[in-house]
Amino acid sequence: MGDKRIRITTVSQKYIMALAGIFLMLFLVVHLSINLLMVVGDDGKLFGQAVQFMLTNPLIKITEYVLFGGFIVHILLGVILWAVNNRARPVKYSKSLKTENSMFSKYMIHTGVIILIFLFIHFFHFFFVKAGIVPIPEVAEGDKHDFFSMAVVTFQNPLYSFIYLVSFVFLGFHLKHAFQSAFQSLGLNHNKYTPAIKFIGTLYAIVISVGFAIIPIYFYFFY
Amino acid sequence: MKVTLKIWRQKNAKAKGRFVKYKLENVSPEMSFLEMLDYLNEQLIKSGEDPVVFDHDCREGICGACGLYINGRPHGPEKRTTTCELHMRSFKDGGTIVIEPWRSKAFPVIKDLMVDRTALDEIIRSGGYISVNTGSAPEANSIPVGKHLSDKAFDAAECIGCGACVAACKNSSAMLFVAAKVSQMAFLPHGKPEAADRVQSMVKKADVLGFGGCSNTYSCEHDCPKGIPVEFIAKMNREFFKAKVCKQKVE
Ligand code: HEM
Ligand code: SF4
Ligand code: FES
Repeated sequence: MGDKRIRITTVSQKYIMALAGIFLMLFLVVHLSINLLMVVGDDGKLFGQAVQFMLTNPLIKITEYVLFGGFIVHILLGVILWAVNNRARPVKYSKSLKTENSMFSKYMIHTGVIILIFLFIHFFHFFFVKAGIVPIPEVAEGDKHDFFSMAVVTFQNPLYSFIYLVSFVFLGFHLKHAFQSAFQSLGLNHNKYTPAIKFIGTLYAIVISVGFAIIPIYFYFFY
Repeated sequence: MKVTLKIWRQKNAKAKGRFVKYKLENVSPEMSFLEMLDYLNEQLIKSGEDPVVFDHDCREGICGACGLYINGRPHGPEKRTTTCELHMRSFKDGGTIVIEPWRSKAFPVIKDLMVDRTALDEIIRSGGYISVNTGSAPEANSIPVGKHLSDKAFDAAECIGCGACVAACKNSSAMLFVAAKVSQMAFLPHGKPEAADRVQSMVKKADVLGFGGCSNTYSCEHDCPKGIPVEFIAKMNREFFKAKVCKQKVE
């Protein structure tokens, strides 16, 4: 019954995307939890300990590679699906679709690309320093793991604080649709628990974007 | 009622189409949408013009042949209503109604508002059936089916294959249609033996025919005249996963 032309069906692609996406969403929780230690008001002491743990734990090291894989797979499939889906309607409607739908789902590629651009900027501030690609900023005094000091200089720059804040808004939009969408793609939709999933997803999107936004706001206004 | 119609006219699949404006007077609010188009066509024929071609058959919401994209919505503004069951009372007197064909790579325009939906038949042909000789009906209690499952199967079986889900989807995805057909059989004992092959072939076929994938936008559910829920797409995804993981390759 098979047709050999398409090897990975769109359903499989979405399945993999959803799995990668869920992994990324878990990562965001860990990342946010650690980052919030920066704003407890001890000049980054507790945060420094958490960073030390992350840098030395071998399990975390392995997870870091999985994380990169997850990002790459998620992004590649996102772009491929977008291209395939775009080609499915060569002649557009003159009157745009009035149908109700989940609003953010239409802009996943757009919010995704914004997240991607943000990631590059973010990497220049932190990850590339650690990786030795970008020189260590002066405040860090030669310690490429002094992320606290790096955060201080980064976020006292109004432009960067603004870019971060805007990116978190778009991240929130991405997550608002993404959370419940991942469950649907994995085949988990049931009138018993789907309303709860949708509610938790909205909550998750708000907590993550507001949570991350606290950090630049803290350093810009209150540090 | 008086209405201004902006209708997509296209000679054939190859020709370039364009909108043509028609002013129609003395339209009764009790007319069905298709009767209004019949009325327009009568006048076009009288004045020696080419009548507007559109698809229809039963005109009672059960065959799935009708289907027009009306003012930005497949099957028009009313929920759970096929184009043939839509009435002119749903429109404003003196308003403009824009009518377009379903637009999708997999649904080429045949003429004007009529599109070729053979692609949906091809999806069915790729596995949307049960290959047993039916013979005479078996004794009623020999295959017990739970009430809950038979209800679900019936809900899925309500799909009339109109293609509004494709028309409503930003990706022109046929997944709601495929999901309805896959689920309908997967719920029942008769459909189980071929379930794994069926879901894989039908999903693949939809991709090959040029329909898009599902982005969980859920427009399909809102514009499906039979109210097929996206819950069935999740069911299809589940069936697909089960098939991929559990099924041995026989070749
Ligand atoms: C931390 C960052 C990210 C997280 C947590 C995340 C999470 C998710 C999740 C869970 C989904 C739902 C998958 C599904 O419906 O099965 C999704 C969809 C999507 N993501 Fe992301 N994502 C992230 C970054 C990105 C980036 C950088 C891109 C860049 C292109 C991207 C592009 C997309 C697209 C296009 C979709 C929709 C695919 C479709 O339904 O057709 N995402 N994302
Ligand atoms: S699922 Fe609904 S919209 Fe799609 S073909 Fe069936 S009846 Fe039409
Ligand atoms: S003409 Fe049969 S459903 Fe509309």
